[in-house]
Amino acid sequence: MNTMEAKIDEKKTKLRVEMREQPPLVRARNFMEVPYGYTPDEAVEEASRCLSCKNGPCRQGCPVEVDIPGFISLIKERKFVDACYKLKEKNALPAVCGRVCPQEIQCESRCLAGKKGKSVAIGNLERFVADYEAEKGDIKIPERPKSTGRKVAVIGSGPGGLTCAVDLVKAGHQVTLFEALHKPGGVLIYGIPEFRLPKAIVEREVEYIKKLGVELVLNAVIGKLHTVDELLDGQGYDACFICIGAGLPMFLGIPGENLNGVCSANEFLTRANLMKAYLFPEYDTPIKRGKRVAVFGGGNVAMDAARVALRLGAEKVYLIYRRSEAEMPARKAEVHHAHEEGIEFLLLTNPTRFIDDGKGNVCAVECIKMELGDPSGRRKPIPIKGSEFQIEIDVAIPALGTRANPLLTKTMLDLTVNKSGYIAAEEGTGMTSKKGVFAGGDIVTGSATVILAMGAGRGVANAINDYLKWKYWEFKN
Amino acid sequence: MFKILKKEELSEQITLFDIEARDIARKAKPGNFFILRTHEQGERIPLTIADFDRNRGIITTVFQKVGKTTHYLGTLGEGDFITDVIGPLGNPSHIKNFGRVVCVGGGVGIAPVYPIARALKEAGNKVTSIIGARTKSILFWEEKMRSVSDDLIITTDDGSCGTKAVVTVPLDEILSKDKVDLVFAIGPAIMMKFVCKTTEKYKVKTIVSLNSIMIDATGMCGGCRVEVGGQTKYTCVDGPEFNGHEVDFDLLMKRLQAYLPEESIAINHTRETVEVR
Repeated sequence: MNTMEAKIDEKKTKLRVEMREQPPLVRARNFMEVPYGYTPDEAVEEASRCLSCKNGPCRQGCPVEVDIPGFISLIKERKFVDACYKLKEKNALPAVCGRVCPQEIQCESRCLAGKKGKSVAIGNLERFVADYEAEKGDIKIPERPKSTGRKVAVIGSGPGGLTCAVDLVKAGHQVTLFEALHKPGGVLIYGIPEFRLPKAIVEREVEYIKKLGVELVLNAVIGKLHTVDELLDGQGYDACFICIGAGLPMFLGIPGENLNGVCSANEFLTRANLMKAYLFPEYDTPIKRGKRVAVFGGGNVAMDAARVALRLGAEKVYLIYRRSEAEMPARKAEVHHAHEEGIEFLLLTNPTRFIDDGKGNVCAVECIKMELGDPSGRRKPIPIKGSEFQIEIDVAIPALGTRANPLLTKTMLDLTVNKSGYIAAEEGTGMTSKKGVFAGGDIVTGSATVILAMGAGRGVANAINDYLKWKYWEFKN
Repeated sequence: MFKILKKEELSEQITLFDIEARDIARKAKPGNFFILRTHEQGERIPLTIADFDRNRGIITTVFQKVGKTTHYLGTLGEGDFITDVIGPLGNPSHIKNFGRVVCVGGGVGIAPVYPIARALKEAGNKVTSIIGARTKSILFWEEKMRSVSDDLIITTDDGSCGTKAVVTVPLDEILSKDKVDLVFAIGPAIMMKFVCKTTEKYKVKTIVSLNSIMIDATGMCGGCRVEVGGQTKYTCVDGPEFNGHEVDFDLLMKRLQAYLPEESIAINHTRETVEVR
């Protein structure tokens, strides 16, 4: 074995520095963030595990192509603020991504150190430098480039819109970011709970984006307040990016679903996160604090809803999922945290009806046991006849994913949408059937992740730059 | 921030605001509503757009002080600001010349009926309006309603103004005598339910505007879901107007009470914090 290989071998076997966390039973009753974050020494220690691979396989796993070996090298040199600037060259939301990206299937899955031991904790390091920069107050605002005189409207201030807006403003365009809600951030604000992504961090990242020169217009429901045609024709926008997410919650479609006490995960989380109902009555928006809560689904949103219900004081929270844990789409870390906090998983179980207490409130759910069918492809769950049973509950939260919201698209008759209502857009560029209109994120792909929406925002920003230069439009669907 | 330009107490419990909201005024149509959030700790509630003035950039709303937010709203005055105003939301009313139309407004529901009656009248309909309230002191806009109606009938539960009756009594009388093409009814859920029961007998199509609990009002939360014709619909994006004969009013009324216990906690909390001060 030569010295280089030996060095690699030594690094590979060095143990990963795990982030310290609030103890499960303590955090299950508060809304504070679960991990504490690295200390500078811990960050340097973890960074020292990076092999600084020349071609950076981790970079290829990142939808926004962050220079991962580059920023980690700067951490090794204890140049934490410079490390953050390096990150921000490619990612305007590092504190968010460090917390919510599924690194285990992206950058960290490609990490060579991970071949023998655990991969470098890239997400943890990203989070550390972003928080360090914010704490030290050394936030650097890059100089505004020369104006191109072009105006772009970005509709939706979620992760895709924020990323696209930043790239466009850095390219010298005038950018207006329209948001339907009263706070910017989209799913980062209304969806992801405080204990996973503190709202102060989202506000901090949005402040940065405003300082870069993005104009933010809140309370603007495009399609109602202004149509896209009005933006393009009357208000002088040269291009428009639609990244409004897939907002409509799906329900189970079973009897009793409209009883009081049954609400979508979207509603439950919006009350808790956007409206801060967990602080009721200090905040005016109420939320049902169930004693016995059932959440239906196996994704990140289901985990979030279950863990919020627990923190609101539930004695018992069931997570009911029709497949087995292996098929759950949630991030592994979230499933792990939910287990630790005492959420009870009822797997291979499907609800069949909600039961009325006689006064219009849910008092129980009837479920049926399932088994997995044919092992080819994603195994389909099949109900087991006669296995019905009931669970007493007072709050039920379907978290089954979302559908396309037609509110905006139905005002654009010249925009091609598919039969499920998603916008038809060219992969990579986001070009749609309507000249000057681009689309990306969940409203094109269906429910996905924060970072995929950011990747889409990046791709569309590049395409808009090209379009504004050449005004060339060809829509291939 | 949205400025309150005018405040008018229409009755003991019912208040009118003119709010400066140029973009919303430009787009508002009869039947639309909007969402407001009074301050940082406030909740989002839907209120009706009772009128709009596109030239002056104003929307008019009328609200009844029933819950925490509407009580707080009532303490604001001219020159004060509302943090967030979002709209226009919901589908506008379908306006055309139907022929003979009866517009029924109950309580604070008189306010949203007014622009609809006006638009129906302008479209050439013969408009009969029936407005009702518990008692005279909470009745408002008699003259405004009269100005957009061919006939106006007033009812109060206690007979302190107009006929001593509920709105369905004169409605039944009209339907039994004349051919009516369409009925519009806006008011408390219980009133709309009985209006629909009355018109069903005569097979007269009836449009109601529902007042479900909402948060975002853009289809995102599903809190406002109602059953219409056996299907789940969202009041915010599918409505707020529906064919009244298909609406499950009993479910609507139960769902409107979903947060009543929390409502009283909120009101008590305000009272306590105010007393401490």
